Amino acid sequence: MSWISKTFTSSIGRKIIMALTGLFLCSFLVVHLIGNLQLFKHDQGAAFNVYSHFMGTNPIIRTIEWGLVLGFGFHIYEALMLTRRNKAARGAQGYVSNHSEQNSEWTSRNMGILGTIILIFLIVHLYNFFWRARFAGNLPKMGGADPLTSDYDNLYMAVVSSFHIWWYVLLYVAAQISLGYHLWHGFRSGFQTLGLNHRKYTPAIKYVGYTFAVVVSAAFAAMPLYFFLFTDAQGELATNAPALLHSVAAAF
Amino acid sequence: MAGSNPNAKPMNLTLNVWRQPNRQAQGKIVEYHVKDISPDMSFLEMLDVLNEDLLHAGQDPVAFDHDCREGICGSCDLFINGRSHGPEKGTTTCQLHMRKFSDGDTITIEPWRANAFPVNKDLSVDRSAFDRIIQAGGYVSVNTGGAPDGNEIPIPKEISDRAFEAATCIGCGACVAACKNASAMLFVSAKVSQLALLPQGNVERKTRVENMVAQMDKEGFGACTNIGSCAAECPVGISLENIAILNREFLAAKATSNNLA
Repeated sequence: MSWISKTFTSSIGRKIIMALTGLFLCSFLVVHLIGNLQLFKHDQGAAFNVYSHFMGTNPIIRTIEWGLVLGFGFHIYEALMLTRRNKAARGAQGYVSNHSEQNSEWTSRNMGILGTIILIFLIVHLYNFFWRARFAGNLPKMGGADPLTSDYDNLYMAVVSSFHIWWYVLLYVAAQISLGYHLWHGFRSGFQTLGLNHRKYTPAIKYVGYTFAVVVSAAFAAMPLYFFLFTDAQGELATNAPALLHSVAAAF
Repeated sequence: MAGSNPNAKPMNLTLNVWRQPNRQAQGKIVEYHVKDISPDMSFLEMLDVLNEDLLHAGQDPVAFDHDCREGICGSCDLFINGRSHGPEKGTTTCQLHMRKFSDGDTITIEPWRANAFPVNKDLSVDRSAFDRIIQAGGYVSVNTGGAPDGNEIPIPKEISDRAFEAATCIGCGACVAACKNASAMLFVSAKVSQLALLPQGNVERKTRVENMVAQMDKEGFGACTNIGSCAAECPVGISLENIAILNREFLAAKATSNNLA
């Protein structure tokens, strides 16, 4: 075994891969979130569909997409490897009484459970949007007068119809709560694993991580909740929606 | 059993103690009752009372590790009521006093649980895995010959303080016991950063961290997931900053050492 494979199969090496892929996936969340905010634009999904078409066809984005596949792949693979090692390290006989809640946070001890919920969500999410848009090709087209965009997939309508199914919305919100807790620990943990701990910056990293976790998960969860609670089957704001939403919609 | 405090009322306690005749045997929790325990006793003195009772009754006393009984040696490795060294922060078991408990309490006492720390008997645990990690690199090379001048190597006060903080690790294993992953990284990081911070440790700086981490993995300790139980339970307050230092020492050594194996 060469020194490279030895490094990355050691306990610290695997942790470093976890941290690098985890922080890379955090950057993906930012891009995904900002793009998806176009769902809230009051234009029957025109901007969102054009954006989706760009993301699905642009050769640079399609290349970076492979990085994303590898990022998720390694993050999940290393999680399994580390979990197996860590379970074995305790030994066959565990504690009869263990009050770890008195010395640590719940989120920090349950990253595997939270990650598994996110993985289940990810499979459903990828099938419903990514697979149908990229491979199945059975989405309705945008239509309309503009010949440039009329044969684009109407992914917006796929989103709107999915977000009117109650169990789908429930799965999304549960997954975003899990994501929030996962990031609560994961963000600062990634920096610590990379050795980026300094008494000047670590407190800031911690609170940036907490803010990141809450903002990202709340913003993603707002999407299914908005369409389920406040819009009709076409994604138009319902007449009985709160006045605040009407005034926001009017502004866009 | 009058204590030094005239107001201290003696306590009666129920103990759930892990009993295991030897390494291979299957162990189990056994219930005992101790009476008239002074709140001024240390936890180990309370166990001495239990063992005296057991000896008088013709039974096998409970084996537990202890040595200095003043918080220095790190021998008294007991997992008490689900916590390393019991409920009090920043103490070893020998420094834990019975006044932290109340009359009528039930106390569960278990050995450290880690694959790398096999149970010898009852509560006594074999922690020689730590010794082998130290042997792998926890030392410095010293020249023979005339004694060097005491002030020959200048070390900033701040650095020597940080190295000393790391050096206070007594190798008790409370970090491994408390960690969900039975990881030894707080222990290894304390040893690595202590020596990495000081000029004397520079000679073996790269091989040290490579060899100690390799030995740690070989012994079967888990990998740190930055939970923080270890630092919370550490009797001498070794901080998580040391694990970050370990991680970057490891990465830097792997990237730049001449070791191709």
